[in-house]
Amino acid sequence: MEMYRSHVLVCAGAGCISSACKSVQTALMEHIDKHGLGKEVKVVETGCMGPCDLGPVVMIFPDGVFYRKLKPEDAAEIVSEHLLKGKVVQRLLHQPVGQTEKVTSFDQLDFFKRQTRIALRNTGVINPESVEEYIARDGYRALGQALSQMTPQQVVDTIKESGLRGRGGAGFPTGLKWEFTARATGSPKYVVCNADEGDPGAFMDRSILEGDPHSVLEAMAICGYAIGAAKGYIYVRAEYPLAVERLETAIAKAREYGLLGTNIFGTGFDFDVEIRVGAGAFVCGEETALLASIEGQRGEPRPKPPFPAQAGLWGKPTVINNVETWANVPPIILKGAQWFASIGTEKSKGTKVFALAGKVNNTGLVEVPMGTTLREIIFDIGGGIPGGKKFKAVQTGGPSGGCIPAEYLDTPVDYESLSKLGTIMGSGGMIIVDEDTCMVDLAKFFLEFVQEESCGKCAPCRIGTKRMLEILERITTGRGREGDIELLEELSQVIKSSALCGLGQTAPNPVLSTLRYFRSEYESHIRDKKCPAGACRSMLAYYINPEACKGCGLCSKLCPTEAITGEKKQPHVIDPDKCIKCGTCFEKCKFNAITTVN
Amino acid sequence: MKSLDELDKLRQKLQQDMQVRDNDHEVRVTVSMGTCGIAAGAREIVQAMLEELKEQGLNNVALTQTSCVGLCQHEPLLEVARGGEKTTYINVDREKAREIVRKHLVQGQVIKDWTNPEK
Ligand SMILES: Cc1cc2nc3c(=O)[nH]c(=O)nc-3n(C[C@H](O)[C@H](O)[C@H](O)COP(=O)(O)O)c2cc1C
Ligand code: SF4
Ligand code: SF4
Ligand code: SF4
Ligand code: FES
Repeated sequence: MEMYRSHVLVCAGAGCISSACKSVQTALMEHIDKHGLGKEVKVVETGCMGPCDLGPVVMIFPDGVFYRKLKPEDAAEIVSEHLLKGKVVQRLLHQPVGQTEKVTSFDQLDFFKRQTRIALRNTGVINPESVEEYIARDGYRALGQALSQMTPQQVVDTIKESGLRGRGGAGFPTGLKWEFTARATGSPKYVVCNADEGDPGAFMDRSILEGDPHSVLEAMAICGYAIGAAKGYIYVRAEYPLAVERLETAIAKAREYGLLGTNIFGTGFDFDVEIRVGAGAFVCGEETALLASIEGQRGEPRPKPPFPAQAGLWGKPTVINNVETWANVPPIILKGAQWFASIGTEKSKGTKVFALAGKVNNTGLVEVPMGTTLREIIFDIGGGIPGGKKFKAVQTGGPSGGCIPAEYLDTPVDYESLSKLGTIMGSGGMIIVDEDTCMVDLAKFFLEFVQEESCGKCAPCRIGTKRMLEILERITTGRGREGDIELLEELSQVIKSSALCGLGQTAPNPVLSTLRYFRSEYESHIRDKKCPAGACRSMLAYYINPEACKGCGLCSKLCPTEAITGEKKQPHVIDPDKCIKCGTCFEKCKFNAITTVN
Repeated sequence: MKSLDELDKLRQKLQQDMQVRDNDHEVRVTVSMGTCGIAAGAREIVQAMLEELKEQGLNNVALTQTSCVGLCQHEPLLEVARGGEKTTYINVDREKAREIVRKHLVQGQVIKDWTNPEK
């Protein structure tokens, strides 16, 4: 490898690709060539750096300067000023909301400063298609160490002592899972990576696969050694083609270097990994459904026990872990169980990656120690709520989780405290909603999602969630009845206790948790036919402000039901009985004369 | 990969290329590359530095650039910062740059004759 004085890291994560990072990269390379800097400056494509809403983003080392929202036209200036003369291009720096100063270096950004990156240690830092860069960052060293200096039992013990728990949802202790599988009788044994990631709003697994695929391969091989397996499968959803492609490249490179295959590190240990592409159904992320899908059967769950540790793939003992869980394994082996256990809270060790989405200034991926408060995550790292609006709640754990209102913002985030609040960590999706969001509508959104994704195998989930959805639809359209809340609660309890798999068992959670914290919103929908957040359209009345109306007549031409009348140049009026609340007039009036009233 | 040793050797070789991305360099060499610096040949200094750093197998040196520091008559100039201690070399050329790597960066000897008289 050549030495370069400067590395230009161009984020090529999915977010930045969608904001056209490729053309920025091409332009940068052209200008670097033009100035003859090709031998001094190296351009590197990385996985997601995290602040996706600022994309395309670029980091320039060794200065660590961070440029955001780049266009191909900006390349000339970056090269001629920064790379050639060492002058930072001020106008391309990020200025965090509410701050008067621009930040020059990425480590000054609150967004990065407050993170502790373990699972994301390489994502956004290395070129995911280069096994060499992974090796330079201590890659495959943990595998080498495990194989040549540790017994399988020592590996299991290290993971157990580290306190690592599953990052895919339930938070089961990873070391215990490995131990059960190691002790189970039956062979061959298998190692499986759950990369289905079906939670709306979550994309940490995709980022790791796209940004640091080798970390998952290395961890799976370590597990293979610990439990006595020679074969691993990665189950990725088909909607993640870039992840599949980078994994394929990574597997090929690892085989080339003898890091996968036979006699790894000359220790006689064999291990190889195959990719299975799934159809991308939410229920296929459930472990028993996922294993069935790998076997070529329909991706439907089966009752547990037996657990996969006893009878998994083809009935054989199988460890199945989530992508982020895997990514934590190599650093634990390298730095030791005590190091990992020293981060986080008493019962939740290490860090967790969260995907911030919704009404928050900085959307993207953040990794913080367990026990960081919601307020720190949403306000300090996430930069707070845009547009001066008020924070209302955060939905954690996706469709299986629940919402947390403002009064609990100082809760430290770990498995236990979230479950006390009636929600879960889940995969780490955090959807932030502001005062304009109707909580009944939010619950309906998640229920619609699970209703569509239900595999239909058992009645409580198939029919029960349908009934719940009908009730919610009734409530949000102003047709709610007395007793609907009680009915929702009863259905929830029945479905939770009788559904076959985790999908049905958790489907009522968003409804239960919104009822817990925002019951009065349900009540005012039902009793007063009013949506307190002003979000449920059918409960609003459209009204023309006579002072603002210029009488242009546009609205009355567009109204599908001829509800609007008025003389030219005179204020118009809406007949509430004819109005079907389509919102057309509201959107189209050029004078903002039309408002909604609750 | 035949052994852990083999991996370690490979890793050390590869790390040289990656160390640019570490943020905790022991030594930082800053070359002034304003228009004046570039005109005086700062680009060549960077090239020579890079070559010598590679030959010496030096890790943990960040080679960065800055713009004109206002000593235009002494260009090209470069600053070596180690810990809190800073040394500014003036009127550097390719050979001096290589010598700075060998003497100052490798052996820790400041070459006083080439430093900024005013500092
Ligand atoms: C409906 C449903 C969907 C799930 N989807 C995922 C998923 O997309 N990714 C994932 O890792 N785990 C998912 N899980 C959890 C897995 O069943 C399993 O617990 C997990 O893969 C275990 O890995 P971990 O211990 O590393 O978390 C899902 C569970 C249920 C019930
Ligand atoms: S709970 Fe729902 S998803 Fe799970 S098996 Fe039953 S019908 Fe299928
Ligand atoms: S479009 Fe607006 S301004 Fe024009 S008539 Fe309708 S309400 Fe009045
Ligand atoms: S909301 Fe739709 S139906 Fe009602 S007045 Fe406006 S355009 Fe007509
Ligand atoms: S995709 Fe570029 S920062 Fe996330």
